[in-house]
Amino acid sequence: MLQEFFSTTVLIGILASGIRLATPYLYAAIGETIGQRSGVLNLGVDGIMLMGAFSAFYVVFRTENLFLGLIVAMIVGGLMGLAMAFISVTMHAEQGISGIGVYLFGLGMSDLLFQKLVNNVETVQGFPEIHIRYLSDIPYIGEIFFQHNILVYLAYLLVPIVGFILNKTTFGLKIRAVGENPQAADTLGVNVALVRYITVTVGGVFSGIAGASLSIALLNVFQQNLTTGLGFIAIALVYFGGWRPLYVMAGSLIFSFVNALQVWVQVLGIPIPSDIAVMMPYLLTIIVLVLSAQRARQPSALSKPYMRSG
Amino acid sequence: MKKFTYLLLAVLFASFLAACGGASSNTTSSGTYKVAVVMPSAINDLAFSQSMYDALMKIQAERGADKFEVAVSDGVFVVEDAAAAIRDYASKGYNLIIAHGSQYGASLKEIAPDFPNTTFAWGTAGDTFGLPNVFAYEALSQEGGYVNGVMAAALSTSGTIGVVGPIEVGDAKLYVDGFKAGAMAQNPAIQINVNYIGSFSDVALASEAAQTHAAAGADVMTGSAQMVVGAIGVAEQQGILWFGTQSDQSSLAPKIVVASQVYDWTVVINDILDLMSKGTLGGKVYAVSLANQGLLIKFNPDYSLPAEVKTLAENTIKGIQDGSIKVEVGQ
Repeated sequence: MLQEFFSTTVLIGILASGIRLATPYLYAAIGETIGQRSGVLNLGVDGIMLMGAFSAFYVVFRTENLFLGLIVAMIVGGLMGLAMAFISVTMHAEQGISGIGVYLFGLGMSDLLFQKLVNNVETVQGFPEIHIRYLSDIPYIGEIFFQHNILVYLAYLLVPIVGFILNKTTFGLKIRAVGENPQAADTLGVNVALVRYITVTVGGVFSGIAGASLSIALLNVFQQNLTTGLGFIAIALVYFGGWRPLYVMAGSLIFSFVNALQVWVQVLGIPIPSDIAVMMPYLLTIIVLVLSAQRARQPSALSKPYMRSG
Repeated sequence: MKKFTYLLLAVLFASFLAACGGASSNTTSSGTYKVAVVMPSAINDLAFSQSMYDALMKIQAERGADKFEVAVSDGVFVVEDAAAAIRDYASKGYNLIIAHGSQYGASLKEIAPDFPNTTFAWGTAGDTFGLPNVFAYEALSQEGGYVNGVMAAALSTSGTIGVVGPIEVGDAKLYVDGFKAGAMAQNPAIQINVNYIGSFSDVALASEAAQTHAAAGADVMTGSAQMVVGAIGVAEQQGILWFGTQSDQSSLAPKIVVASQVYDWTVVINDILDLMSKGTLGGKVYAVSLANQGLLIKFNPDYSLPAEVKTLAENTIKGIQDGSIKVEVGQ
């Protein structure tokens, strides 16, 4: 049985499905990373994802236009991010609580809209798998990396781009400064509120895409609470990755590989109780979180509303 | 601010009046029923909740909406919310309140004694807590699972079948175990890979589990609970045959769904109504089965099932009904 486990089919299967599974986590976690680096904790990710997932699904269901669906999901996600920015930046609200509010709003609203507008189990034709020419023909490697839908590729492309913006550009410097010491940044003429508005809104856009990656690319359906708390795991992955996009990606991949692994463990009939198997990825996340908590330092101003004194 | 206070008072007063109105209508004329149902997922989930909703709609169509009033609270996956809804319906004078989910049992046990003139029913479960106003209902879903398993093994050419299960409990486990028994009875050499994803609602993981079964060589799949829409999507993409349970899933993927075991709670509800009219408010445990027509195998008319497999299925159904085939799981 164990030999079977190390066969190429199984290894390729685990790697390919891990890469696929990591996609929504990656969008949501990268978006959340940008926001948190500027000092805003947005716990509403899951709710924004649900709204993104529903709006993308609904647009594609009605128009069969995938890109329109994606754009609408981005707009809806961006608007919810903007709302979160207004609540936390302009109104100086407690971020943890208001994030939960945004989550509950998204959870309820997406279900209400689904019931009123669709009210049936329907499927759509989502983004097809793209086999990248030449690359997808490479044995093993091709199957693992180059036979996914476009949203999977874009998610991984986003990681270096966001890493570059955060670390190598003036705007990235402003984001980090606002997240570490908004007072100092303000004195130097950085518009703290504007920077945070931009990062939280962009985070919302990414969460919207995360939702769309489920409803019009990976699953092609919508259901009440489609994300089942996936957005909260994404927030954990931001901590897991120590607020660095590359490590956040590593965290998303490890979590997803372990999830794919536990699915295979059961399919191959390896005698581990299913309850233990499904716990594995979550257990791992907790362990790594505990270990990384010693190491990584969070942005100093995280979750602290900034009020100009004097 | 003052305006707001008045508004609040007005709303409170109105809801107070509404509550009074509800309570006074407790006594209903004979033959008229006010039925309320609380369920964990959507009424159109093509699975567990829909099976009950469809049954109630069928009875309503037979008896007329004025004689059989139905109130639905669906998507109540939080048990505390369900308990509040059950209590609310009871105090508004509903005659029969159905708590459609085994997770609601503990709440019902607390609430039912407070409303001795109201009938409660819950399932899937086999326990009425010894209360005189509680009915329980369960499904011998292993029977339909067995029939589906026999067909699946007969149709599989790769010799591998994949099962996407939710959590290893209740009628989902019975169904999966029955399915395995049926498939093994048809072809002892068949390879059945079972995967419980640990959730009734995680569509993404159900989809991934189906991808994994496909990669492991399955050419026939089945699964239970409302998250299987994710798995059916994968099956449709990859041209893998699908067997459904709980509700008729043919509409979801007409090309690949072969047959579905359908729960028809009509027999249970009609018998409860019958007993209620005779003054018995509870105490009985029901089990829907192929024999009492509470479980039905619905073949997908759009899928051309080979005649010999259909005959095989029909003979299996007859065998289970007359007892010549014993499905020995879950006993």
